[in-house]
Amino acid sequence: MPGAGATLPRREGPYTAGMRDILIFLVGLAACLPLAARAAAATTGDRPVAFVGGEVVPIAGPPLERGTVVVAGGKILAVGPADATPVPAAADVIDTRGLVVMPGLVDTHSHVGGGWGGDGSGPIQPDVRILDSINVRDSGFRKCRAGGLTTLNIMPGSGHLLGGQTVYAKLRPATTIEDLLYRDATGRMLHGMKMANGTNPQSDPPFPGTRGKAAALVRQKFLQALDYRRKVTAAGADETKRPERSLEMEGLLDVLDGRVVVHHHAHRADDIMTVLRLRDEFGFKVVLHHAIEAGKVAGSLAAAGVACSVLQLDAPGGKLEIMDAALDTAAILERAGVPVAFHTDDPVTDSRLFLRSAALGVRGGMSRDKALEAVTLAGARMLELDDRIGTLEPGKDADLIVLSGDPLSVHTKVLQTWVEGRQVFDREDPDDRLFAVGGFGASRDQSAQACCTEIRLSEGQ
Amino acid sequence: MRQWQLNLRAIALIGAGLLAAAPLPAAEPPLAVYGETVHTMAGPEISDGVVLIVGGKVAAVGPAAAIAVPADARVLRGRVVTPGLIDAHTVVGLAGHLNQPQDQDQLDPSEPIQPELRAVDAYNPREKLVAWLRGFGITTIHTGHAPGALVPGQTMIVKTVGGPPDENLLVPVAMVAVALGDAARPAGGGDKKSPGTRSKAVAMLRGELVKAQEYARRRAAADVEKRPDRDLRRDVMADVIEGRLPLLITANRVTDIASALRIADEFGIKIVLDSAAEAFLVADRIKAAGVPVILHPPMLRAGRGETENASFETAATLRSAGIPLALQSGFEAYVPKTRVVLFEAAVAAAHGLTFAEALAAITVDAAAILGVADRVGRLAPGLDGDVAVFDGDPFEYTTHCTAVVIDGQVVSDAPR
Repeated sequence: MPGAGATLPRREGPYTAGMRDILIFLVGLAACLPLAARAAAATTGDRPVAFVGGEVVPIAGPPLERGTVVVAGGKILAVGPADATPVPAAADVIDTRGLVVMPGLVDTHSHVGGGWGGDGSGPIQPDVRILDSINVRDSGFRKCRAGGLTTLNIMPGSGHLLGGQTVYAKLRPATTIEDLLYRDATGRMLHGMKMANGTNPQSDPPFPGTRGKAAALVRQKFLQALDYRRKVTAAGADETKRPERSLEMEGLLDVLDGRVVVHHHAHRADDIMTVLRLRDEFGFKVVLHHAIEAGKVAGSLAAAGVACSVLQLDAPGGKLEIMDAALDTAAILERAGVPVAFHTDDPVTDSRLFLRSAALGVRGGMSRDKALEAVTLAGARMLELDDRIGTLEPGKDADLIVLSGDPLSVHTKVLQTWVEGRQVFDREDPDDRLFAVGGFGASRDQSAQACCTEIRLSEGQ
Repeated sequence: MRQWQLNLRAIALIGAGLLAAAPLPAAEPPLAVYGETVHTMAGPEISDGVVLIVGGKVAAVGPAAAIAVPADARVLRGRVVTPGLIDAHTVVGLAGHLNQPQDQDQLDPSEPIQPELRAVDAYNPREKLVAWLRGFGITTIHTGHAPGALVPGQTMIVKTVGGPPDENLLVPVAMVAVALGDAARPAGGGDKKSPGTRSKAVAMLRGELVKAQEYARRRAAADVEKRPDRDLRRDVMADVIEGRLPLLITANRVTDIASALRIADEFGIKIVLDSAAEAFLVADRIKAAGVPVILHPPMLRAGRGETENASFETAATLRSAGIPLALQSGFEAYVPKTRVVLFEAAVAAAHGLTFAEALAAITVDAAAILGVADRVGRLAPGLDGDVAVFDGDPFEYTTHCTAVVIDGQVVSDAPR
């Protein structure tokens, strides 16, 4: 995995040494399980790790009351009932009895990292990449890991019709943004394209002043990209006939050629329908974000086969387009057959409490299974990463979280977060715990991610 | 056996109802709210209990087997019954959900010090956010002017019913809001606008209190001729000086919390600390000063700035330090336009407060800090008939509030 190597082992955690281990060792002997086979390097990502005995919520199927998950080499090796899933002799064993193991959470819409997208020069900026502006030492990343998030779609804001390229981030320990990237087999980094309509992108020219103007500007730009593509195709191998290379046009062709999904901010039902209209005209792949009034057009969305990433809010209002926000939107979409995910829109909602969005979905009438899917697999599908993440299945990335109990209970805590078989959050580590609960220094950036140096910055150098 | 009581008037009313011997003074039939668990906040929880409300007031609370419920009583049932919840500080009703100029009356930025601004003159009881809060069992709110000026105005305490505000007021003038730190600085103000610094804000507030001391002295003159001309601003601040009104001081940084305590000490006035994100760093000082805290919503966006050190665990820290504590929904400038204090108490309950402590922070303890414990916050004979009904643990995300009662009237029975 490119960029994944820039880390050193974390210090030993509570599962790797001490009296508790001796106790577990004795229990393990009695149970004839290789629970003693643990070592200091439990978190390197190279040795197999087995999560044994707890409830496993694989999302890919029904929960296992007493299950085992085995990971090695950054991938999931096995998932099954504890009494029928062998644990490799070399594996470090995490005793999860009484706990819950589920896939790492996928947030389809986040603003952590202090990234900026397009500037004030124009409403459509497909050449701009948010990855060029993200601070991986932002304390927000630590809070995300504390909330069990392992994959983010980090988005430019919604002040543009097209605000730039998003970045799909895997929350590995990181020294630069490269360490967080998802790449395909060719090494191309994976991302989406952020678009928005409604009132947020409205401003003085060259920004649109009305919804009609907004749609016209977008359509004209896409038509320009189609012309660009036609000229490139017509030129064929003859470089002299090719149009001058344009990063803007290349960004739009990524969208029009289906290589990149549009993540489209839209609140009001009429704005949602405008997105569907543009999609029908230009044929791009699109996910609707926030989708506050999606419940009013659920049938149209189901017929169009367009997925919604819903923002779960505690109250309506704050702007005109959100005056009809309701707790049952996701449930209405589920019943209509529309794929539903949730997102944090961090800082609008807190990444540390992302599971709360799923629980409020159930409060609003969702099924429990679809609500949990909405913070894992459904989001992975919207990012087209579901072959790699979103469920606990052999062959997928070893991104998982260990919870203290029912994922939908207010009392449940994320105890551990693992990315590609490497532990990136441990609630029993006081330095990690600060970011889980807050307190003095919890929003400070530079000392917030001392992942990659032998000496922790917070302990002095 | 003395956990529940009947007051004499209630016995008379029930007797009258049962015998039909005399017309009831109350036009409305009695209301009986049954709960598998009733948290009265006036004593231990009651299993299979009932709250009987007659004439808008709680007439009796106790085990269903021990309470005589009139035959004509309307009946509500639920898993868990609590007192109507109290949001100890919000701006809802002055601040509307649309967030447009015409529904934002929580802050007039024209002057830094305007204690004469009354909350009731700006409160819209039919605001959608009032109904939204009510749907989650919140029956009483302490609402008023918002941070954004040094002294933005007054607060009031009102029931979350949609009628004319004056009819549903518990306390027309509850406190005088004060903001220290960033929230005292005029929005968009240049460096010529005051207060531009923390020190200037404190100097201006002290100066105002000094003038109020003088006004209060002259106002109390026996000779009417020697009394000063009426001055709305000075009238209010003189009430503060004389201990009739507390200052509600929004202060998040330790610097500002310390300033608030220093001012209270200097002038011998009552204060309540509001928001207080860094209170956990100076809990002993707050305790020693005997000052209550209406804590920020635990889920407030910590982000950058004065609340960046906020912790989910502060409620528990303050409570264990023995500081009187209530929770609030606070002030939201954007999306969502308010928080829900029930949800905030839930997060506090998940981070160190016991169930009873968290519920107290939005019922009985909030009522005590607000000075309305003789009306709301508990289910006990003689208190207002305000009840919230839930289909499970009120703090669990997946539980619904199934009914809400204010002054004996069922104001919501749609699960939310």
